[in-house]
Amino acid sequence: MIEELGTTEQGELVINIGPQHPATHGVLHLVVTLNGETIRKVEPHLGYIHRSIEKMCESLSYRQFIYTTSRMDYLSSHINNHACALCVENGIQVEIPERAQVIRVLMDELTRIASHLLWWGAMAMDVGAITPFFYAFREREMINDIMEETCGARLTMNYMVPGGVMMDIHPNFQRRVKELLLQFKHKLPEYHELVTDNVIFQSRTKGVGYLSADDAVSYGTSGPTARGSGVPCDIRKLYPYDVYSKLEFSECLAKEGDTFARYLVRMNELEQSIRIVEQLIDNIPEGDFQAKTKAVLKLPKGEFYQRVETARGEFGVYMISEGAMQPYRIKFRSPGFSNLSALDHMARGAKIGDLVAIMGSLDLVIPDIDR
Amino acid sequence: MFLVDYLKDITGAIKSLLTGMRRTGYYFTHHKEIITQQYPDNRDTLKLPERFRGEVVMSHNESNEHRCTGCTACELACPNGTIKVVTKFDISPEGKKKKAVDKFIYHLELCTMCNLCIEACPTDAIRMAQSFEHSVYDRAELTKVLNKPGSKIEEGVE
Repeated sequence: MIEELGTTEQGELVINIGPQHPATHGVLHLVVTLNGETIRKVEPHLGYIHRSIEKMCESLSYRQFIYTTSRMDYLSSHINNHACALCVENGIQVEIPERAQVIRVLMDELTRIASHLLWWGAMAMDVGAITPFFYAFREREMINDIMEETCGARLTMNYMVPGGVMMDIHPNFQRRVKELLLQFKHKLPEYHELVTDNVIFQSRTKGVGYLSADDAVSYGTSGPTARGSGVPCDIRKLYPYDVYSKLEFSECLAKEGDTFARYLVRMNELEQSIRIVEQLIDNIPEGDFQAKTKAVLKLPKGEFYQRVETARGEFGVYMISEGAMQPYRIKFRSPGFSNLSALDHMARGAKIGDLVAIMGSLDLVIPDIDR
Repeated sequence: MFLVDYLKDITGAIKSLLTGMRRTGYYFTHHKEIITQQYPDNRDTLKLPERFRGEVVMSHNESNEHRCTGCTACELACPNGTIKVVTKFDISPEGKKKKAVDKFIYHLELCTMCNLCIEACPTDAIRMAQSFEHSVYDRAELTKVLNKPGSKIEEGVE
């Protein structure tokens, strides 16, 4: 009798991981079918944190809806806001001052560093190392302080507005970013020493959760998940926006397609982000931080699409306008949703202990998946 | 060969463990690097940046005057109905009717601190305050009237 409980006809065990489980990074619910210790199937159940942001945006004006996107992928809120601001600017055909563009890119890259730092800490915690989390948060705290000083909030900044940025940078901004760069460059080798070179970490991640380049494309993955499989997909390179086309940075790629490859791609992206910030921090041009726009924005009839590269992958905003003050329909393409869809494929045949490591390498943010 | 590999694995693991432990030991003996803030013990010295968005307040000067004209630009800019401006008509000494703010109602429980109302205000009547400890026992306390009782509009603000 006991064997029949929770088992399928083939004698496979079905267990629930989540929605409130420390290993699932939020309210993700995974229904895992196991044969012994081997994973047969992983079924993600979504909807626990669905707030119908897309529908909500239809009743908000083009200035107002941007703040809701900070609540989707709360770790790269600047980048989400950037995409929305760019999309509205496409519609109203306004020229953005050079200074605003540079500030936007600077903020984007600082957000990317902060997001990858949190991922690095959480990834190490997933495979059993607790201290790296605190080291990651030490540097992340510096970025949060910079954001707090310039934008007025630590996570949900709502700093990018159609036409530029909301406020000019704080007088301390440049000095504090340079302090951060100095400390961060000093600490990055420490990260590699602690986690990347660790034998236990390597044996937990190497060869685990293999995703081939073809599968990465067919599942629609993007960002470091796809680049870990050798698919070049960096939107900053392929469809550059704002000042990215003038910057020197390289797209980080790895061929192996396993969890360790995705880990390395993100760690290399940290270095590339530092490179971008270094190029811009001393070269912020003088001028306006916001272009003159009308108080009430009205987009012409039509469809608008804008994609950006967030810390997790490709984020897209699709907007239909009927010429009114509010958008007729808004659809967000969130990177986490497509990346999660590849989890089942990656985890099949792996051991249950590897599932958490694979999930960690995807860098899932559940509010981004559910919206 | 198996035994050699086995021993190599063990020494490699111990070596990388020791590398990690060295880093931990370094921070254990170097207390200068401690960066934790002792909140709430440091409440008196805690200083938030001036741009920090804690709640919306209305500035009043010494003679209890504010700068709000009751134009409701903030109410229109707010994405989630946090602000409600109730207006009245003042009668000036010349007998002219003039729109003025009666009650500036602010629902802190609905506010997302997006700063759009501050951006929209044409007369800089409202601003963001740095207070952040908003918890109360009764929800009704979070609905605030921002203009002080008996206050009136500053001279020259249109």
